[in-house]
Amino acid sequence: MALRAFGSLALGNLGLQAQVMQFAGATAMRAYATVEKGYKYAASHEWAKVDGDVATVGISDHAQGELGDVVYVELPDVGKAVKKGETFGVVESVKAASDVYSPISGEVVEVNSLLVDKPGTVNSSPFKEGWIIKVKLSNKGELSSLLDSDAYAKECEKH
Amino acid sequence: MAVGAARPVLNLLRLSRLPIYTQLNLEEALLRATKDNWLIVNDGAFSPSIVIGISGRPAELVHCKSALESGVPALRRFTGGGTVVVDADTVFATLIMEGSALPDVECFPQPIMKWTEQLYRPAFAAAGCKDFGLRENDYIVAGGRKVGGNAQAITGKRWLHHTSFLWDYDPARMALLRHPPKAPKYREGRGHDDFVTRLCEVLHPEHGRRRLVENFGIAAAEMGFAVQERTLADAAPALSHRPLLLGTKPLDLREFLQ
Repeated sequence: MALRAFGSLALGNLGLQAQVMQFAGATAMRAYATVEKGYKYAASHEWAKVDGDVATVGISDHAQGELGDVVYVELPDVGKAVKKGETFGVVESVKAASDVYSPISGEVVEVNSLLVDKPGTVNSSPFKEGWIIKVKLSNKGELSSLLDSDAYAKECEKH
Repeated sequence: MAVGAARPVLNLLRLSRLPIYTQLNLEEALLRATKDNWLIVNDGAFSPSIVIGISGRPAELVHCKSALESGVPALRRFTGGGTVVVDADTVFATLIMEGSALPDVECFPQPIMKWTEQLYRPAFAAAGCKDFGLRENDYIVAGGRKVGGNAQAITGKRWLHHTSFLWDYDPARMALLRHPPKAPKYREGRGHDDFVTRLCEVLHPEHGRRRLVENFGIAAAEMGFAVQERTLADAAPALSHRPLLLGTKPLDLREFLQ
């Protein structure tokens, strides 16, 4: 009979959690990105967390893990109008400049200026300190077209 | 690519001595304003230029005073990555892809780089270099010597990956660049001349460059693309697309003198 031991290993800075499953004579590891409950997600890997009329926007743990070490975040100006599905900024990592798309429409009311000097916060805390912009929503109905955490997790499993 | 599936079209644009500023604007326009796949090969830039990545700080990356005195202009490009100095002895290869053309390649930096290695390796082999490969995020030959700079731009399910291969370089121009703040692990503290190599010292000095330039398109066809030759007249209309915000800009190094 196979022996199994479960443990969970937090890989701090990468924001990944791995379950280590040990079988007799073999070890298998399945690593998966964190998907925060209570957030809404776009298939393009951005998230929105709504509080009243304002949504905080960032990129998911899956995205930051795939991008690699973030070295630069190009932030929009406060007051800029953003549209659902259109690019609002750029994240640079591993020689790649990747467009970031707004999951919702509205007006940028705040940007995370911490990311100017500490862009790696996007990697270490993608759902909390690594948020990118806050948007005053112009159409709350758009939220219904975003994925909930379970649906987004299934989307990530396809990759 | 799936066996039996229709071969995706790859538009091959062969150029020579196109100015790097024009090349970069054309690349970004084709990335943002079309849904087509492109392989652009520019055999040499029209004139020397320093090219800095999207977030690069000129004062940290370039000896600005020396660059101004030398007359080599600088510009900022729209892709990530480091700083290069290009000239007529730089061979440029740019891939612009719709993600659906390569369904097994995720639109993230590492999968894209691994795929480009599969295309460039046979092109280098046909040109006479059988040990071309990817090491960390660089293309290398001869067991660990870098042969060019590369960078990417990813927008949704479309991506662009461009490389400046060093057929040869002028040491005096290369000296205009400062040592980058971060070095890859495989550099292992080596000085510039031991870390970077010229392709003219690796490939046949007379035929190697021509064979390399020719074989980029051949390698793409052998990977399953339907390669179609295009001209600048076919590509240029992308520049007229509106709105089109292009991220490549000339830099005035006087603003960064310390």
